[in-house]
Amino acid sequence: MLKFDVSKIREDFPILGRKIRGKNLVYFDNASTSQKPKAVLEALQRYYAETNANVHRGIHALSQQATDQCEAVRAQTARFLHASGPEQIVFTRNATEAINLVAYAWGRKFLKAGDEILLTGMEHHSNIVPWQILAQEKGSQLKFAPILEDGCLDLEGLKTLLTPRTKLFAFTAMNNAFGTINPVAELLGLAREQGVLTLVDAAQWTPHLRTDVAAWDCDFLVFSAHKMLGPTGLGVLYGKKKLLESMDPFLGGGDMIREVHLSHSTYNEIPYKFEAGTPHIGGIVAFGAALEYLSRLGWEAIDRHERGLTRYAMDALSQEKELRIYGPSQPERRGGILSFNLEGVHAHDVGTILDTEGVAVRAGHHCCQPLMRRFKTSGTVRASFYFYNTVDEVDVMLRAIRKVKEFFKVKVP
Amino acid sequence: MEGDAELQDLYREVLLDYFRSTRHRGRVASPDIESQGINPLCGDEVVLTVSVRGGVVEDCKIDGHGCVISQSSAAMMSEAVKGQTLEEASKLAEGFKRAMLGQSSFDDLPDVLDEARALEGVQKYPARIKCALLSWNTLLLGVRSHKEGKKEVQYQEK
Ligand SMILES: Cc1ncc(COP(=O)(O)O)c(C=O)c1O
Repeated sequence: MLKFDVSKIREDFPILGRKIRGKNLVYFDNASTSQKPKAVLEALQRYYAETNANVHRGIHALSQQATDQCEAVRAQTARFLHASGPEQIVFTRNATEAINLVAYAWGRKFLKAGDEILLTGMEHHSNIVPWQILAQEKGSQLKFAPILEDGCLDLEGLKTLLTPRTKLFAFTAMNNAFGTINPVAELLGLAREQGVLTLVDAAQWTPHLRTDVAAWDCDFLVFSAHKMLGPTGLGVLYGKKKLLESMDPFLGGGDMIREVHLSHSTYNEIPYKFEAGTPHIGGIVAFGAALEYLSRLGWEAIDRHERGLTRYAMDALSQEKELRIYGPSQPERRGGILSFNLEGVHAHDVGTILDTEGVAVRAGHHCCQPLMRRFKTSGTVRASFYFYNTVDEVDVMLRAIRKVKEFFKVKVP
Repeated sequence: MEGDAELQDLYREVLLDYFRSTRHRGRVASPDIESQGINPLCGDEVVLTVSVRGGVVEDCKIDGHGCVISQSSAAMMSEAVKGQTLEEASKLAEGFKRAMLGQSSFDDLPDVLDEARALEGVQKYPARIKCALLSWNTLLLGVRSHKEGKKEVQYQEK
């Protein structure tokens, strides 16, 4: 286990040394995508320099090495999730594609008219739109569990929506707009009692918190590599073996077949059945380096550091007058995300002024328009932390926020 | 302080004045053109109502909400187009768009767009150019639809 020394850790991330408009970059847009350590960049480079070849098809040594590397990372991903075997790990382009995969391959085969899918009012558009398309096609219904004023799920409201008609409950483990952490195990338990299948959108969870699909006993889980030090263009679908086996393929093409005849084809076994075409081999290999980096740091250390940072930022921001923080007030109910608005100042103007100070935040609806509507705002300013961020950086943001207030002084119409 | 200079160049005092001013705000009583523009990315909205008499913009008011850039730009536009023929108003909008998109110089804009030159600083923030253009695009669509005999239209920034 590495000693948790933030300044040392920061040296692993070349981009953190960048200047933006003459200021030190303060990267607080980690919920969008994380930065990448040298180990990941080098793994990507090394793969293309030394073992680049296509997988599962070459008889030659390079192809075998590339295939072995990919399969090693699949096994590593399974261990990371505490899945029982690598065949439960399907590589996709991103979390969004993983959700779409389930909507098509499971939904098209098993969902019927009149069936219901339960979502929550705090889902990312990625965990809404694929289900809308499916529901339209099938004549099924979508239900949305209500959200309380503090940005948490209304569990009582949710329970009334889990009915014998519910076939799937798909929900986010951690919300990306406000940072709300959901009681994942409890939610999964409620669904299981009703015999409802579950999909956990762990896109915001896996970068920060230990993930254990065996303990959770969820049916599907999805996440993106790029939010956890990995390259863009790679996502993961975890699924229970029997379920994956029962599903039809998603995309058709090479690699996902066993035999192709002119009139029909037979399909490969899982997970390859769902991986048509040449995968993001370099990305998969580099993701292995990302997982290794995270496991060397350790989830406890990551969590401790991020919690400290979030608490510090929450305390400081709540001192600011005319500033509203969205989401749970108890720090233990939220991850390292702070979503806020300054009274009378548009989120984009705040975002731009922070940008002139080198502070990169996201301003807008964060792909959570239904949640924004629920809180009667068109958008918020969102600062999202990762383990390489520091208290000093939070101070830079605070100073920039004061500057925004000073700059706009008055309340506006 | 470098950041401050940049900030002042973007949010020039005149923009803030227009943003805070209420003289352009509201809706004209019985509009001949009613054009709503939204930028789905940020939720910014301008509702443009225009009364036209003899082909000339008699009044133009702005409703809606959004950032300093989108709202001040809309206010400046409403001021610039008043008294112009619809044709001229469209030309002004096209000219402003070209300048904003860097296809022509702000210096070459006609005098009625003097104030709107203050939006030049937005060019350094490409993510915000759409904010500055929202109302002008909304106007262009409104005028075009008016010619086709439609009164109410909706414009969406892509
Ligand atoms: C909660 C949540 N789900 C899904 C996604 C979609 O991730 P991607 O764009 O990598 O597919 C995101 C990304 O912002 C997210 O935060």
